[in-house]
Amino acid sequence: MSSIIQQLINGVILGSVYALLALGYTMVYGIIKLINFAHGDVYMLGAYFGYFFIRVMHLNFFIALILSMAICSVLGMLIEFIAYRPLRHSPRIAVLISALGVSFFLQNGMSYLYGSDKRAFPQAIETTQYHFGALQISNIQIIIVTTAVALMILLHLIVKRTKMGRAMRAVSADEEAAILMGINVSRTISFTFAIGSALAAAGGVLIGLYYNNIDPLMGMTPGIKAFVAAVLGGIGIIPGAALGGWLIGILETMAQAVGLSNYKDAIVYAILIIILLLKPTGILGKNKREKV
Amino acid sequence: MTRTILKTRDLSVRFGGVTAVDQVSIEARENELVGLIGPNGAGKTTLFNLLTGVYKPTNGEVSIFSNDKLININQLSPYKRSQLGIARTFQNIRLFKSRTVLENVLIAMTAKNKSYSLQAILRTPSFYKNEEKRQQQAMALLDIFGMTNVADELADNLSYGQQRRLEIVRALATKPAILFLDEPAAGMNPQETKELTDLIKQIQVQFKMTIILIEHDMNLVMAVSERLYVLEYGKVLATGTPIEIQNNPAVIKAYLGEEG
Amino acid sequence: MDKTHIKYTLSWATLALMIFILIFVMTIFNIIGPYGMTTIVLIGINLIAAVGLNLVIGMSGQFSLGHAGFMAIGAYATALIATAIPTVFGFVISLLIGATLSGIVALIVGIPTLRLRGDYLAIATLGVAEIIRILIMNLKITRGPAGIFAIPSFVNWQVVFGLSVLTIIVVVNLVRSTTGRAIIAVRDNEIAAESLGINTTKYKVIAFVIGAMLAALAGGLRASFIQSVSPQDYSFMQSITILIIVVLGGIGSISGTVITAVALGILDVVLQSFGSLRMVIYALILIIVMLFRPQGLLGTFEFSLKTMLFSSGGDNDKDHSKNA
Repeated sequence: MSSIIQQLINGVILGSVYALLALGYTMVYGIIKLINFAHGDVYMLGAYFGYFFIRVMHLNFFIALILSMAICSVLGMLIEFIAYRPLRHSPRIAVLISALGVSFFLQNGMSYLYGSDKRAFPQAIETTQYHFGALQISNIQIIIVTTAVALMILLHLIVKRTKMGRAMRAVSADEEAAILMGINVSRTISFTFAIGSALAAAGGVLIGLYYNNIDPLMGMTPGIKAFVAAVLGGIGIIPGAALGGWLIGILETMAQAVGLSNYKDAIVYAILIIILLLKPTGILGKNKREKV
Repeated sequence: MTRTILKTRDLSVRFGGVTAVDQVSIEARENELVGLIGPNGAGKTTLFNLLTGVYKPTNGEVSIFSNDKLININQLSPYKRSQLGIARTFQNIRLFKSRTVLENVLIAMTAKNKSYSLQAILRTPSFYKNEEKRQQQAMALLDIFGMTNVADELADNLSYGQQRRLEIVRALATKPAILFLDEPAAGMNPQETKELTDLIKQIQVQFKMTIILIEHDMNLVMAVSERLYVLEYGKVLATGTPIEIQNNPAVIKAYLGEEG
Repeated sequence: MDKTHIKYTLSWATLALMIFILIFVMTIFNIIGPYGMTTIVLIGINLIAAVGLNLVIGMSGQFSLGHAGFMAIGAYATALIATAIPTVFGFVISLLIGATLSGIVALIVGIPTLRLRGDYLAIATLGVAEIIRILIMNLKITRGPAGIFAIPSFVNWQVVFGLSVLTIIVVVNLVRSTTGRAIIAVRDNEIAAESLGINTTKYKVIAFVIGAMLAALAGGLRASFIQSVSPQDYSFMQSITILIIVVLGGIGSISGTVITAVALGILDVVLQSFGSLRMVIYALILIIVMLFRPQGLLGTFEFSLKTMLFSSGGDNDKDHSKNA
């Protein structure tokens, strides 16, 4: 029994990182209907910047986290400006392929510059284990969950309470109407990428701290899983992404717990396909119909 | 008395809280030209979508006359309904834009002909013979509507009126028993509308089929329809001949509002 | 009438023969060394896979990201069967079984998922390919992450050349037939196609299954040629490699696919000296082409010997036979 609860705790922690990533996917999809394949690679860049600030600049972990988020938000806007914005009125497949190109570019660019080997992420914070009966949880795990939850609350406040957040919701609901209401759509999209990329960077730094190693291809699988999480929760719906992230995290650790660890990724993909077939709008989504 | 070829009973569909089509019972007879009118948002196109299978009804049923009996087609998908003799055009033109006019017609003949994939891959003489026969049939159909001269044009390059015309020709290529026309005169100039009026009459006579027409152009719809249904808020408000409808107080009120 | 068809067919056959002879002569005079030979074979293999993918993406308009999974099925079928029966017969059987198996998997996967639209289908097919790879990595029979070695080699450039030509003929003839027209109609306007009595799912599945079978054929040829298979050869990157060929050449243009497969094969040799920078250059090319020519280099244009060689005989065009 206690081992199940232990796995549940581990699942929530891993799920927090998926949730951070999934939020970026869902916001971008909500606003420009693009599966941003490069999103997982921004997460990878986030981890590398974290590595740089801690190992090379010897900065405090949280300062490194914030700096990495800031830089990645600029990078996110830059990616959108260069590779997606010119294609806003092209067929969707063109943007999707451009996104694959960016992803491919970031992975191989980092491999070229820094090698494709894994490198050890600095132990910026001394690990302490806390025991509650048979359960154990580390201070690192607590940091991951609290940081993720804090960022999600912050995102919620931005989306619900600020003018920019209102613009995001407006463009997402109806771009043309938003233009007529005087909303600067390009700036709103830029802002969405900035926020999404910052969250991805935070996820990258946190996972570096958790797993202790990073590599240029580290964003690929979590990226796809986070997208699955976003679809599971209902793509375009912000609370759905968080919910989906945690569910996928828990599912994955549970698969490990019952001895299916080699198949954990396959299980996630199978869930994705089942969701797409049964309820493509996700858990929190509403059904829409096409106008004929 | 000709027989009933299409019949609905208490047909309804709800989207969320909105009942777009509400207990509609209509029928159309063989070779009859039925007009369907009503204010915007009355549920006319939704009714077409229910009849052609794009939407599935929440309640009620749709039946058509096929193989000497009236059969319920509620559960059939649009392509199966087409194979039973239902054809339609769309309010917002839906042509195969990257294909030529001729190819648009040939595509419509797909379901009615056996496809010889293996012969096509091997390019056997029988493939060429079949292909030639079909092209002749398609050209003959285009000829009736005076479109042979644009047979090799891309559908996208046709004028608006020509595109609407091609959509009708394409629907006819499926050899339907019932043809649904969804606002065929929308966006046409008076001259084109006049030609369309003649065209619709010509189809009814020459192809001996039932035509059901949604149209906002009252001159057109009154000129060609033998009988009309008026829809309002998803319900049938009135039915009758064009003269009866024009003098029906409820219809006049629906169209002109309180001031009428 | 029939004469013109024979004329076009003969001129295409002549072109294929000329290329064959050109490669043959170059091998005799040692212009192409063993390394060049490998390049030619790999170009042919990529071409077969890419023509299959273009049938799915370009002709039926279904965005699949799972081509590597179907290649893997073919590769492992050949690896296992040709190793067990190391004869030409065994090899041919292995290709047939691989293609059939891949077609069956595509059928099972395709019937439900092809109802999904655009990017949802992309992500679902990606998931399927990953599931296939994870199964291969964990099953006993496929020998886990290490893969299978010492597969007997039955593949030379002549075999690949012949099969590439055959693939192109099958796909082009299929596209220019009733079935092909229906597939394209579903791509252009699904709702209209369905209203005309076309079973849209059926035609999407036909394209998807043929695409998967061609992918398996390519995978089988590759396994026998490089004489080894491993799961990481058929990761998401492999799907992307084939996708790049299709997209750069022009989505919906078989000519474009052929040209790009050859051009990228040669570029690969040229860029070999750049080492890992090569992949960065590919990524940049992909982005730049999308930005400046989102429809791909050739768009949907197809080379036609009919217009190139016989355009003076304008009378022939009046018979509306586009089957040359």
